[in-house]
Amino acid sequence: MFVNISTTLKKKKSEILELWIKNQLADSHSSEDLISNKELRGQSEEIVNALLNNLNENNINNSQSSDFDLLAELLGAFSIMRAKQGFSPRETGSFILSLKEAILEVLKQESADPNQLFEESLKLSRLLDNFTILTFETFIKGREEVILRQTDEITDISTPVIKVWDGILAMPIIGTLDSARTQVVMENLLQEIVNTGSVIAILDISGVPTVDSLVAQHLLKAVSATRLMGADCIISGIRPEIAQTIVHLGIDLSQIITKASLASALQYAFKSLRLEVRKTSLENKATTKF
Amino acid sequence: MERIPILKMGPFLLVTIQVDLYDRLALDLEADLVQMVSKTEAKGVLIDISAVSIVDSFMGRILGNIASMSKLLDAETVVVGMQPAVAITLVELGLPLKGVSTALDVEKGMNLLRSIIQVQDPKEEDDDDDLIFD
Repeated sequence: MFVNISTTLKKKKSEILELWIKNQLADSHSSEDLISNKELRGQSEEIVNALLNNLNENNINNSQSSDFDLLAELLGAFSIMRAKQGFSPRETGSFILSLKEAILEVLKQESADPNQLFEESLKLSRLLDNFTILTFETFIKGREEVILRQTDEITDISTPVIKVWDGILAMPIIGTLDSARTQVVMENLLQEIVNTGSVIAILDISGVPTVDSLVAQHLLKAVSATRLMGADCIISGIRPEIAQTIVHLGIDLSQIITKASLASALQYAFKSLRLEVRKTSLENKATTKF
Repeated sequence: MERIPILKMGPFLLVTIQVDLYDRLALDLEADLVQMVSKTEAKGVLIDISAVSIVDSFMGRILGNIASMSKLLDAETVVVGMQPAVAITLVELGLPLKGVSTALDVEKGMNLLRSIIQVQDPKEEDDDDDLIFD
């Protein structure tokens, strides 16, 4: 029989902690390689301390109470950490849900009166459910941050400008071209044209999965901007399916120099720069000379 | 009153815009340039806008107008040194400056003008030679 739930739980703190860690270890099969047992114990201990030390009869019904600020902070930090480490939502969720089980288990041992047990369990459940929601919110926020960072990285990685020859730049575009990407592509390309003083830019779209009217319009924009800078723009890597789509959609690319492959675009560029690629005679080494 | 100088260089006119163009200045430039083309019978106009960092639709139109007017007076227009941001702005404004030739810098622009005029007037090639400083 217990009078005060918070003092009772405080007394049983170490028991709760042990039970919780046991629950967690039984529950998680795969997380062991993501987090060490020692670390898990440390985190669990901090949370149990933060919860039980601040719990009293007044705030048990109010998870927003400022008494729980420390706990909320800890939960937030742990769940963001877990999101970044690649834990699944189920693992993160059961992390805090198994604490509830541990506490209820201890509560059951302590109480003889079913009515009171039910009352207190309900209160505790409600409180801990609120913390679970909080954990989930921060977990998802952490995941979103990861996704955002990856998107940025992909945008940066997938728009390299390559100097293929003196005065010739190539830019292989990989992935779908949307307005934001086009902006990045255009800015990088134009800046590089200025930096290298190139007169020909080759946009290779073999890595672009589909070309619809919007993508075509973005390409036209890039070509126009390059032309305004005083450089020529060649679009290469047009696959047969893409040629089909372009014609079926009625997109007019006749103002643009288009080539089937990067090689033929390069050939065209050499020709317009009056460069020549040829084999040397057999006496010399089999190198190409320009 | 502020004016943009128009320099004669052999058969070409060279305009270097060093300040941000406001509307009045641009209109004056347009009028002066057409006057000069007609007076000097220039074959080409080279406009250097490498110092221009801000451009609006009006500026874009003036550039287009200058090109069309020069064309009527039988002179080619080459715009050189456009900054990336300006190029992107013009494209986004829907002003791709059709009919205006472009080049990266003054040197390339001059070469371009020469090649255009040579193509048009193969006979005058020899006369022009003494004006080319390579």
